[in-house]
Amino acid sequence: MAERTMIEAIRLALHEAMTDDDTVVLLGEDVGVDGGVFRATEGLHEEFGPWRVFDSPLAEAVIVGASVGMAIAGARPVCELQFSGFSYLGFHQLEEHAARMRWRSRGRFGVPMVVRMPYGAGVRALEHHSESKEVIFAHVPGLTTVIPSGPRSARALLAAAIRSPDPVVFLEPKSIYRAFREEVPDEPEVADLRSARRVREGDDITLVAWGAMVRRTQEAADALADDGIECDVIDLQTISPLDESLIVESAQQTGRVAIVHEAHRSFGPAGEIIARLVEQAFWQLEAPIARVTGYDVHVPYFAREQAYLPDGDRIADAIRRTVEEPS
Amino acid sequence: MPRSDIEIDLRLEEMHVLDENGDVDEDLDPGLDRDELIEMARVMLLARRFDERRLKLQQQGRIGTFAPVIGQEASQVGPVSALADTDWVVPSYRESAVALWRGTSMSDLLLYDAGFNEGAHIEPESRDLPIAIPVGTQLPHAAGIAYVIAMRQAANRNGNGSNDNGGNDDGGNDDGSDVVMTFFGDGATSEGDVHEALNLAALRSLPVVFVCQNNQWAISTPVAGQTASATLAQKAVAYGMPGLRVDGNDILATRVAAAEAVARARAGDGPTFVECVTYRMAVHTTADDPSVYRDEDEVEQWKRRDPIDRLRTYMANRDLAGDDDFEHLESSVAEQVADAVEQAEARFEELGDPAGMFDHVWAEPPPYAEAQRKEVERRG
Repeated sequence: MAERTMIEAIRLALHEAMTDDDTVVLLGEDVGVDGGVFRATEGLHEEFGPWRVFDSPLAEAVIVGASVGMAIAGARPVCELQFSGFSYLGFHQLEEHAARMRWRSRGRFGVPMVVRMPYGAGVRALEHHSESKEVIFAHVPGLTTVIPSGPRSARALLAAAIRSPDPVVFLEPKSIYRAFREEVPDEPEVADLRSARRVREGDDITLVAWGAMVRRTQEAADALADDGIECDVIDLQTISPLDESLIVESAQQTGRVAIVHEAHRSFGPAGEIIARLVEQAFWQLEAPIARVTGYDVHVPYFAREQAYLPDGDRIADAIRRTVEEPS
Repeated sequence: MPRSDIEIDLRLEEMHVLDENGDVDEDLDPGLDRDELIEMARVMLLARRFDERRLKLQQQGRIGTFAPVIGQEASQVGPVSALADTDWVVPSYRESAVALWRGTSMSDLLLYDAGFNEGAHIEPESRDLPIAIPVGTQLPHAAGIAYVIAMRQAANRNGNGSNDNGGNDDGGNDDGSDVVMTFFGDGATSEGDVHEALNLAALRSLPVVFVCQNNQWAISTPVAGQTASATLAQKAVAYGMPGLRVDGNDILATRVAAAEAVARARAGDGPTFVECVTYRMAVHTTADDPSVYRDEDEVEQWKRRDPIDRLRTYMANRDLAGDDDFEHLESSVAEQVADAVEQAEARFEELGDPAGMFDHVWAEPPPYAEAQRKEVERRG
């Protein structure tokens, strides 16, 4: 068992997959000799060669589109888009083809591919380098959208994504690539892509978060425990298909819910989660559901990005407000 | 030497084998045997008569919108006839003659035209992708399939290749020399995906044959409104691949060009861009009215270059097939079309269950998708 950063854990998962299965192919801009701009694929080109680790042209549509073809031909492509803000140039290949090929071909051609991309704000980057647009992917039937929250879950979720028979968008919160280390077991771990997980138990309020917001939410929950507020914290992990069962079960116990996400508030993921809670836990709810989210503006240039992102104070305020609401 | 010409080591050629009267250039004649020529004639005729019938069915409201191939049969049958069964076909939406050559069920095609997903059924061993409707977006898939073929070849050369083909692919040449042929139109050459796929295929010397059917019109936009390039084939030069422009209504030319491109790809020498100059004799789709934007005289001129007539003349001149043979072909094709319509219409009745919309969205549907399916089943 070694302590690893999330970027090291992602590299470990890629290395394990490439070693176990010689149909796994990595491709993307600068993923080869350079090892990726965030170093996710460092050393893999050297070990597996220029066909298994393909330094592609600077062309998002064909990175995603060729991956569709590779998957149809029996490979398991894992492509990297350098930043999620550039994924729109390849988005049509996901929506029009990757997600539809199984359906369109009546089951003849599945598309087992993974599109990895650094996602989210918090690294003082340029415009288009800080987006949280998971809902765009989550809205597409047939597409699975995953966001890990730390090293151990990133490794196990990526292993599962590569094994998935259907296409997976794997959004990597870049602000936590190297923010902390975590024990990652030496033996391979494969997560269940259809399950959320509870990361803290409590009776007073259910908190739902994913990606980089999980750690911020846990820290807020830890601080509030000193005041006697016990939070049940759920790491969603997979945005779509949404695992509502754990959230509903928890909300039925606590009666109070706050949802934390980096994405813009309007039409954001919290809206869908709240809809499911209203459908399935309405009579157990004791207070309005709180949303702590990014604002409905383009992610600001980095001098103001922390003011855009949910932080400990905003999360704690929402928790207190929701818990103090009379039932 | 401050200025000099740039030498580019690529040939850009134009080729005709049959002229408009069906007379042949003896040096270029591939000398195909009678059986093969008859089969080519049969599929071209089948595609033509099938479209004529579909246009009527559409007018009667029995099927929906579709894109007729009429006039372009030689641009499809010639190239696809150069493939082995184990090669891959990546079509656009107008490739019904390609589909018929590859043995796709006509009643399935009609089912598709009638709006049933079931019509998109693909046989388990087939390497024909379903049609792609967003223009040009299928070319990256062709490049990706070819990448895997080339990767396996490289692994085999190094003696460490496993032929573990994963879940989808379960056949093909043992030596990994499969070829991918993709079809697209003149309008598609303006699309970014087409540029990206051509670039990638040439960059990694992938076994792809790019068949561009220049049918002169992208709905209402003529080729001259699409590009300032004098030909579409010349675009190949910029990517570093050979380009060949052929008379697309001359099935011997399209066949010779494609066979050469297929052989090049199979030998590991990379992709080829084949421009087939043809004409869309009918509508873009049945939702289109060409009288708004093009002159009937132009259509009349192209009628004189009809690809089926030219093959028929060639075969008659060589004593390979006469009027009797073509009458026989006509009657067998008519029977096949009639049977397909009858079969399809019987199947329309069986496919009333709307819950079929949930089939094959996921390998394993999430619980809420199953609940939605049950809701539809309950409502019937």
